[in-house]
Amino acid sequence: MDYHSPASFAEASALAANATGITRFLAGGTDVLVQLRSELVKPDTLIDIKKINGVHDITRNADGSWTLGVATTGAEMSEHPELGQDWPGVVEAMDLIGSTQVQGRATLTGNLCNGSPAADSVPAMVAAGVTVTVTGPDGTREVAVEDIPTGPGKTSLTKGEVVSAVNIPARGENAGDAYLRFIPRTEMDIAVVGVGVDLRLDGDTIIEARVSLGAVAPTVLLVEDCAKAILGSTLDDATLDALAAAASAACNPIDDKRGTIAFRTEVVGVLAKRAAKIAYARAKGENA
Amino acid sequence: MALDDRKSDFTFVGTRPNRPDGLDKVTGRAKFGADISAPGMLHGAVLRSPHAHARIVKIDASKAEAHKDVKAIVTRADFADVPFRPGLEGEFYNVLENVMAGEKALYDGHAVAAVAATSALAARDALKLIEVEYEVLPHVTDVDKAMTPDAPVIREGAADYSVPEGMHPNVVRYHESGHGDVEAGFADADLVIEDSFVTEATHQGYIEPHACLGMLGNDGKGELWCTTQGHWIAQKTCAALLGIETSQLRVTASEIGGGFGGKTTVFIEPVALALSRKANRPVKVVMTRSEVFRATGPTSSASMDVKIGMKKDGTISAAQGVFRLQGGAFPGAPGDMTAMCAFAPYNLNNVKQIGYDVMSNRPKQAAYRAPGAPMGAFAVESVIDELCNKLGLDPVDVRLKNAAHEGTKASYGPTYERIGLVETLEAAKAHPHYAAPLKPGQGRGISCGFWFNHGGETSVSLALSEDGSAQLMVGTPDIGGSRASMALMAAEVLGIAYENIRVTVADTATLGYNDVSHGSRVTYASGLATIKAAKHAVEKLCERAAAKWGIPVDAVKWENGCAVPSGPNAGDFDPMPLADITADMGSTGGPISGHFEATPEGAGVSFGTHIVDAEVDPETGKTSVTRYTVIQDAGKAIHPTYVEGQFQGGAAQGIGWALNEEYVYGEDGRLQNSIFLDYRIPVASDLPMIDTVIVEVPNPGHPFGVRGVGETGIVPPLAAIANAVSNAAGVRMKQLPMSPPRILAALKDNG
Ligand SMILES: Cc1cc2nc3c(=O)[nH]c(=O)nc-3n(C[C@H](O)[C@H](O)[C@H](O)COP(=O)(O)OP(=O)(O)OC[C@H]3O[C@@H](n4cnc5c(N)ncnc54)[C@H](O)[C@@H]3O)c2cc1C
Repeated sequence: MDYHSPASFAEASALAANATGITRFLAGGTDVLVQLRSELVKPDTLIDIKKINGVHDITRNADGSWTLGVATTGAEMSEHPELGQDWPGVVEAMDLIGSTQVQGRATLTGNLCNGSPAADSVPAMVAAGVTVTVTGPDGTREVAVEDIPTGPGKTSLTKGEVVSAVNIPARGENAGDAYLRFIPRTEMDIAVVGVGVDLRLDGDTIIEARVSLGAVAPTVLLVEDCAKAILGSTLDDATLDALAAAASAACNPIDDKRGTIAFRTEVVGVLAKRAAKIAYARAKGENA
Repeated sequence: MALDDRKSDFTFVGTRPNRPDGLDKVTGRAKFGADISAPGMLHGAVLRSPHAHARIVKIDASKAEAHKDVKAIVTRADFADVPFRPGLEGEFYNVLENVMAGEKALYDGHAVAAVAATSALAARDALKLIEVEYEVLPHVTDVDKAMTPDAPVIREGAADYSVPEGMHPNVVRYHESGHGDVEAGFADADLVIEDSFVTEATHQGYIEPHACLGMLGNDGKGELWCTTQGHWIAQKTCAALLGIETSQLRVTASEIGGGFGGKTTVFIEPVALALSRKANRPVKVVMTRSEVFRATGPTSSASMDVKIGMKKDGTISAAQGVFRLQGGAFPGAPGDMTAMCAFAPYNLNNVKQIGYDVMSNRPKQAAYRAPGAPMGAFAVESVIDELCNKLGLDPVDVRLKNAAHEGTKASYGPTYERIGLVETLEAAKAHPHYAAPLKPGQGRGISCGFWFNHGGETSVSLALSEDGSAQLMVGTPDIGGSRASMALMAAEVLGIAYENIRVTVADTATLGYNDVSHGSRVTYASGLATIKAAKHAVEKLCERAAAKWGIPVDAVKWENGCAVPSGPNAGDFDPMPLADITADMGSTGGPISGHFEATPEGAGVSFGTHIVDAEVDPETGKTSVTRYTVIQDAGKAIHPTYVEGQFQGGAAQGIGWALNEEYVYGEDGRLQNSIFLDYRIPVASDLPMIDTVIVEVPNPGHPFGVRGVGETGIVPPLAAIANAVSNAAGVRMKQLPMSPPRILAALKDNG
């Protein structure tokens, strides 16, 4: 196994482009090293991106948007004084991952590029409209988070491409986001269902909405019908029921050791309602 | 045992000093199974079957043998070559079959070969070079299916005499007991409820995986270091499987990171020794967590039918149960224990219980705290709860009304001596928890539980040092703070401070045979032997004092750590402290030691009552346990903190078993969740503070009144939690675990 610690993303990309066999980028390593030890994936090339300048930076840009370095950990996000005020759903979703120890290592990018349909931060990022900057042999491109995963363990990144930044939009006025997941325990578990909601209000009326579902299909879903169900509403009971129905209708889950099809289909609606209520309250400036 | 020396006022017993192994454990100095190495040591790894049931056609290890780092490879042939002593049948044969597969792989994870190499990584890599040709056979992992006529036969001829004609060969033992006339009793009842219940297999979930270091020379002399609940049984079993003399193998028990019954047998130990014999080097084997789940003892899973008749006033007029347990691909599922314990808390005129031991393509079950009892209690106590609900009766009052007491003929045969069930129920009734109001969405559950407790072969020695300190050698690995309890009991007899006594878990070369730390027997049996060994030493101390004073030995008695004249006629001497006697013992007759060995028969049975509040989210089926109180009879709590720890541990493990822990098998018969991520043991934040009440109704069979406390605590939780959840959800939960999908489905079915 070859280990590299490049000083730039261009170098990282070149290393990956020229590598043979299995290549993995090493961010926090909380997926890569676990898979290595359990003999699921034995990479031939490990490219550690943590030595690149600025990868731990959390920057608020002039337009109010945020740029996060790709090695920024869950703990660094939670400890940031302002990020969580703008995007509590994204920060809380990341904070759900693992334990204190895992929080000190795990990253948004690793969670995304590991390609798990149950990844917790991904529905929150999709709802929030987050994009990632991708550096490859042919330069850089900006890709919506929902366009990265293509199936369990698979991404749309091509050989030699590495994520070089995470871009979170400006929060703007009268808006709020939330992420909820279902696990049978209180922590240290993998989402059986996850729901991210982001919305904006005009007065009491929802004028923008994005709803994303996790762990109920081969990839995290951005569900147009869920957004439609709540747009123009004040999130009354009938609307919430319509949202739940749309969420249930959108999912395409499997029966497995973590949950049944019937359970996931039912609970995704329950969580969609609960997450929407939290996002709505946050958009109104209430504590939720 | 002799009861003339019963004691009820104590100086040291009942206090709560720090455990002697505490500092080592919190600083990382304690040596567990994997914490030892030897010069020239090799690392072993085990190749395991990916099939639930398969004939092993051929094993080709030539590529692995050619690997430069590989020093030895063993398969079953390396055990079968051994000239077996007659009698390697029964359990030794079962253990051998489990340790290394013979003609067939019997479950996913069954060992088929092992490698010793110069590094752990090389050993694991070498496993991939071993080619095994399997002929896959039909499999069965479900207990009810394993009993049906067309189920694949796991092993012909495994059934014993007890099994009635015409049963499937997978049914290997049958138990039936009871008394009275149940049909007449049911006819007498105002309400009869009959229902069926299912529990899944769970694992003991000890934090420390199995680990050992074995050395065995061609001269048949060996050393074994391992994490175990019983090193003498490890010694005896390994010697039998390897065809060496028992006494030529010295076994040392490491510190143990939990066992709960799962470390009462051997898995990798004979394999490490066989590899060592072949390689002529020490071999260390450490299991991965996945190996622990796939190949070491989970509990049995169970399928049960219970029928109980009750009068309007709460009197149980008849009770009957059928308990079917699968224990993996070997005989041993404790269907008999389940049957015997199921109705044991109650004073019944008419009772009948039947237990089946059934084989299936799963790992060999191992004991898990009160093996078999929790499942039966789940079924029985659920039906009692339903009867109480339907008849509008208080669940504690009903249990009090039917509670067994001194003189009751137990459901499983004997007549009880003094027992403490009524006292635990009265304590439950008086406890603020029982009167506390419930919030909407919450439910309360009550359950009683019973366990036999055990004595077992026991040998203890105590040696005094010249400075007046004492070293105590016991043979029962310390799985629950027993070194502290032993030191307290020895201090009580010797009259020297707790801190001046060092307790060691001695190796097999140091003491006679000691039975495993199981059956809640350690504080009872090793404790009894410790008291007797200390008294033995005291006799000698009195002799030395008598000689110094020039008075007869029966004129000397022992008080508060000193020899004193026993009465006015004995003469007027100042008390002679222990240290004054030991200071010159070399010249007054030599070293002073005490010893005791026996198989004590007076282990007192034990009962507990649990109160649980649970809250169910009706939209997701998720349960949280909001309040939990354990009330149990300890006989006498030698070290109350560690008694409470046992109570709390039983409840915590019961919460896991009741709510989320389960072995999940795929259609292919392979275990789907062999990691802690998907085998959902409770995390700390899942548990409420678990309140405890120690009831002390002394056991007449122990000098200080001790009853074992390690196992009874896991008997009531499944039922108590199921009752709480059922009452919260408004629907009777009959299958464990009560995972959210099951609760949600039950709520939907209920409308
Ligand atoms: C105990 C434990 C608990 C966990 N709990 C959860 C949980 O609750 N929820 C959850 O969603 N996950 C959980 N995880 C999984 C894991 O922690 C998360 O997926 C985490 O976010 C991964 O981030 P990382 O930085 O450690 O990724 P790494 O392991 O470093 O990488 C993961 C993947 O991303 C790729 N990658 C990393 N950086 C880049 C990059 N810059 N460009 C392209 N590809 C890249 C790697 O090649 C690899 O395939 C848990 C893991 C553990 C060990």
